[in-house]
Amino acid sequence: MNEWAAIWVNLILILAVLFAFSAMLSWIERRLLGLWQDRYGPNRVGPFGVLQIVADSIKLLTKEDWIPPFADRAVFVLAPAIVAVTTLLAFAVVPIAPGIGVVDLNIGLLFFLAMSSLGVYSIVLGGWASNNKYSLLGGFRAAAQMLSYEVFMGLALMGVVMLAGSFNLRDIVAAQENLWFCIPQILGLATFAVAGIAEARRLPFDLPESENELVAGFHTEYSSMKFGMFFIGEYVGITLISAMIVTLFFGGWLGPLLPPLVWFLLKTFIVIVCFILLRAALPRPRYDQLMTYGWKVMLPVTLVNLLITGAVVLSAA
Amino acid sequence: MWNSLKTMWIVFLHMFHRRATIQYPDEKPNIPPRWRGRIILSRDPDGEERCVACYLCAAACPVDCIALQATEDEHERRYPEFFRINFSRCIFCGYCEEACPTDAIQLTPDFEMGEYNRKNLVYEKEDLLIDGPGKYPGYNFYRVAGITIGGKNKGEAENEAPPVDPHSLLP
Amino acid sequence: MEATFYLSGVIAVAATLMVITRASAVHALLYLIVSLLAVAIIFFVLGAPFVAALEVIIYAGAVMVLFVFVIMMLNLGKAAAVKEREWLSPGMWVGPSILSALLLAELIYILVQNVQDVQGAYGGTAISSGAVIDSKEVGIALFGPYLLGVELASLLLLAGLVGACHLGWHTELRFGSHSASRSDRARS
Repeated sequence: MNEWAAIWVNLILILAVLFAFSAMLSWIERRLLGLWQDRYGPNRVGPFGVLQIVADSIKLLTKEDWIPPFADRAVFVLAPAIVAVTTLLAFAVVPIAPGIGVVDLNIGLLFFLAMSSLGVYSIVLGGWASNNKYSLLGGFRAAAQMLSYEVFMGLALMGVVMLAGSFNLRDIVAAQENLWFCIPQILGLATFAVAGIAEARRLPFDLPESENELVAGFHTEYSSMKFGMFFIGEYVGITLISAMIVTLFFGGWLGPLLPPLVWFLLKTFIVIVCFILLRAALPRPRYDQLMTYGWKVMLPVTLVNLLITGAVVLSAA
Repeated sequence: MWNSLKTMWIVFLHMFHRRATIQYPDEKPNIPPRWRGRIILSRDPDGEERCVACYLCAAACPVDCIALQATEDEHERRYPEFFRINFSRCIFCGYCEEACPTDAIQLTPDFEMGEYNRKNLVYEKEDLLIDGPGKYPGYNFYRVAGITIGGKNKGEAENEAPPVDPHSLLP
Repeated sequence: MEATFYLSGVIAVAATLMVITRASAVHALLYLIVSLLAVAIIFFVLGAPFVAALEVIIYAGAVMVLFVFVIMMLNLGKAAAVKEREWLSPGMWVGPSILSALLLAELIYILVQNVQDVQGAYGGTAISSGAVIDSKEVGIALFGPYLLGVELASLLLLAGLVGACHLGWHTELRFGSHSASRSDRARS
């Protein structure tokens, strides 16, 4: 019984911290973007604008929750829930620190990949159900982009799996005791980071919603908390990708002096900041450039990485 | 790839640059005197209205936000009976100022005209008229153009030069 | 564990029935996805987590996305739904469903026989009696006794790849050097 209580406390605390952090992330991101673009960002609500997210959520919740009469009602309502559910479910396998984490799956890595591949439906169906040409184009782009980038997202991780000899994320972290995988798997890290940004639909790969061509892409017709779900899904997604990068390539909770939990949070935060910097600095590529980049650059690089890693592992064995 | 990394580094260095933001309500921005803001009607140095109700501003206005009605006083001098500018339509293009032959209508460097009620954005003549001459302190249209007063035509009064015949300026 | 097996089995069957009876193609695809997810859970419960994960990643996550993509491209409107509804009239489905019901009965009969056999062999229920098969064992099985199958499958995929490349090549030739320079620019 006590064990169950511990699991529940674990689960609820992780969920609460994740939500609070994802919400704060929207403020952190805007402040950081401001910092890098020589401006302030939100600094009016509360000290340094930290309460901006409270204002934002009040606004989101009190907005009219509009379902367009021409939309496919059931699918339209279902779509935003998928993204939130899949990203949160994927977070279940992330090993935060020894003893902290929701589940310890043997196929943790595959579970993460499965959930992130299911997340596509949210965007595609949301775009389709809106019955709006901009949304539909956003849905198309999302489907093609995420399919292409998923291909080498999984392959990029196989090098790590080879070195660790396990799909279990805790085993992978434990295998990095001596050397973080970011050094032997530098190519894997680069490709996984790119694929991760594309999967989280972040700039520079936010073509599904590219606001200067497609209004707001797949969520053009969404308002109120349904839009909020997409919004939260995106921020939980970026946290998830960062946590995965830390787990797979930067030794998870491992680190000297500080307690494991602090190390994990610190590393994750640094990776998130790097993603925000990427957003601040890089322009959005054209669609065919995105596809060419995925299939003709990233996929061969991951295959070469896989080949080299395989050869090294084989010769070492 | 290298270019992207370089861009990221340059953007990162912007962290240490001075911020360009002017925190508006706390810190007022420096507005140039020629700023096209709130429209006013000015008076000449004698304290009379400059506007002669010629309708040129209303004709020049691309959004038709100026409405006025000409009338005459006892000296047959034209002035607007009412002069109304609907600032909810005004685009602050400044064409009215350019069209004005007497420099009566002027745009000022004031932009803080927010209202909660749209009707409050319709400015009547008493809202528009200011006490001073605005941007052109010495200018008095009738001192330049002359004026007919009871019994005397332009240039016939004492100490008055006859008005310039515009046709004499032709080559 | 047994309850989850039966529950997901029921969900899979119900979802598949919905796939057949939906007039709107996208709704049918959604039910198909649900069905695939249910099958994945069945795999998981039966002790094959690797297959379950691959089922979700490949079938639910990739193949079905392509299906949805194509259906979206076709832009089926109201007319298509009406036509679909006509096809779903009883005259259309009674024949095939009687035949498949017979097949189903046969399948159940065989299964029941087999379950009794297995129960005899292991002395327990058929479900969740097998040990969990992890990815390593799957890999050893694939590259051991089933090596020929793997190679044949890879040949098939290679053929598909070459075919897709060929189809894509034609359009690229039509645009000439233009697209080549494009891809060059994307690389730099």
